[in-house]
Amino acid sequence: MTPGQNQPPEKQTPAHGGPPLMKPSPGEEPGPGLVTWYGGIHRQRDLRLKGSALLGPGLAWLLIFLAIPCSGLVILSFARRGDFGDIHWIWNLDNYKRLLGYGLFGWTPDHLIILGRSLLVGLVSTLICILLAYPLTFYIATRPPKTRNWLLLLLVVPFWTNVVVRTYGWLLVLSPQLPPARIAAFFGFIETGAPLFPGSFATYLGLVSTFLPFMALPLYSSLERLDWELLEAARDLYASRWQVFTQAILPQTRPGLTVGVIVTFIPAMAMFVVTDLLGGARYMLIGNLIQNQFSTSRDWPFGAALCLALMALTMIGLMLYRRWGDPRDKNEKSGGAAP
Amino acid sequence: MNAKRPIVAAIAIGSLIFLYVPSLAVAVFSVNNARYGLTWKGFTWKWHQQLFQNEAILEAALNSLLVAGVSTAIATILGTALALGLDRFPWPRRLSTAMDLLVHLPVVTPDIILAAALVLSFNFLRGFSEIFDLGMGTLILGHITFQISFVTLVVRSRLAALGRDIDEAARDLYATGPYLFFRITLPLLMPGILAGAMLAFTLSLDDFIISFFAHGPDSVTLPIYIYSSIRRGISPEIHALSTLVLMATVILVLIAERFSRFRAAV
Repeated sequence: MTPGQNQPPEKQTPAHGGPPLMKPSPGEEPGPGLVTWYGGIHRQRDLRLKGSALLGPGLAWLLIFLAIPCSGLVILSFARRGDFGDIHWIWNLDNYKRLLGYGLFGWTPDHLIILGRSLLVGLVSTLICILLAYPLTFYIATRPPKTRNWLLLLLVVPFWTNVVVRTYGWLLVLSPQLPPARIAAFFGFIETGAPLFPGSFATYLGLVSTFLPFMALPLYSSLERLDWELLEAARDLYASRWQVFTQAILPQTRPGLTVGVIVTFIPAMAMFVVTDLLGGARYMLIGNLIQNQFSTSRDWPFGAALCLALMALTMIGLMLYRRWGDPRDKNEKSGGAAP
Repeated sequence: MNAKRPIVAAIAIGSLIFLYVPSLAVAVFSVNNARYGLTWKGFTWKWHQQLFQNEAILEAALNSLLVAGVSTAIATILGTALALGLDRFPWPRRLSTAMDLLVHLPVVTPDIILAAALVLSFNFLRGFSEIFDLGMGTLILGHITFQISFVTLVVRSRLAALGRDIDEAARDLYATGPYLFFRITLPLLMPGILAGAMLAFTLSLDDFIISFFAHGPDSVTLPIYIYSSIRRGISPEIHALSTLVLMATVILVLIAERFSRFRAAV
């Protein structure tokens, strides 16, 4: 698509009779070393210089505190921990062997279980969030405008509620004196007088309540722009509810869903606050393990290796989403429901 | 879709309630007149009042605000410059892709990796300057690092929405250089910059993971204070403190809402 198509032709010849202002690019130079850019004629060199001055500090900051230390983590993961938590720069693969379970006392699956559990917890809580977020946002989007704004506000407040405070709230709700734990005890799920934490139930509760707004808000911004006539059309053509969802709603809300999955899955897997307080020692995730390496154990090289493993898990999760969850492929194959 | 959907409505309302259960529990127990346990013993404000006599809590609150204020100011300047630099200059495609990648990195990297990377860089830089000893300085540096990206993203989307027509019109009317920037681009960009700053400020106040890694013993922020208190057990003071944090969140959200409505109206 050329940019000229959707603009009136008189815009292409500006009043001062200069070169055409449409889509100036280094390729269409009005003179040697000159470019038109945002309506002005600049020397290419000046433009580059100014741009670099603007970019310089920010990019330098991100390089020094982010890009370089991230590469540092890669290097560090091949080093060894000294006796006092210092780092010995002896290149070896010990950290990765340890990650795979080979330790001083033979092979144990402990770390692999934590890795697998992290991936599972990330995937399951993302899935639950998706399952809850669709009805939730659908409901909000179909309300009258005034109600809609209030409901959205109700969604934004938990989005910004501090995760520590929220997790603390769950600690109270699940404590033995209150109804949820009493009911669970009544039905024999837990002992009488015991809290509902720590454990997987409490962890999922904490994670889903933390990340549901993260899933719902991007999804809502997609659902808000939904073409409702397509849904009507689908129903007129005798599509079942499930078909309406997969053929008409899902393709149209894909951008929001993708953002939601990214902002839910990545932090959910690395979360250590919720798992630390609600999951207990037996329900460790990779985030807890990393946190331990950088605080109590002071084993930075192993922590760095864990960081890389977490990065790898993130990639695996996002690839799974692309493979199975991304409706774009199906949509293209079936001719496309979106315009 | 006129058909009533009771299941959808039930799930939606259930989810909203579910989101508020923990916050409400904290708020209710913060006015409960019981030192220990979670049984209702009557209404009291005393836990809230005690907060304002607790020096550790006041200091943590002050630290939180200080870190958020300073880091937001710096990150907003750096992020806005970055957005302008990325959006308004004809960079070769490869270079701009690489720069985009760097700017998006903090958004997609799990916080805990970001935190580990920061700790690593502080540990290395400590050899050069005392600023990098864990404390307020490192806390601010760490917050700026993730804030820059968010400010850049918000300001860039505003820049993209502005397009180039206005610049071109201004140029046609002989506006150039600083005049063009300070009288035309900057005022139009202001809502985006303020929105970015607001986002950065809230992210900083709300942050736990990065602060947890980057803080020193003398620079405890509110979320860290609450976290370490919870580990020692629950207490009415923490109910009250958490409730105040919740109230602050609600107020911030309402201000932001007002602000964005105002922006939409203008």
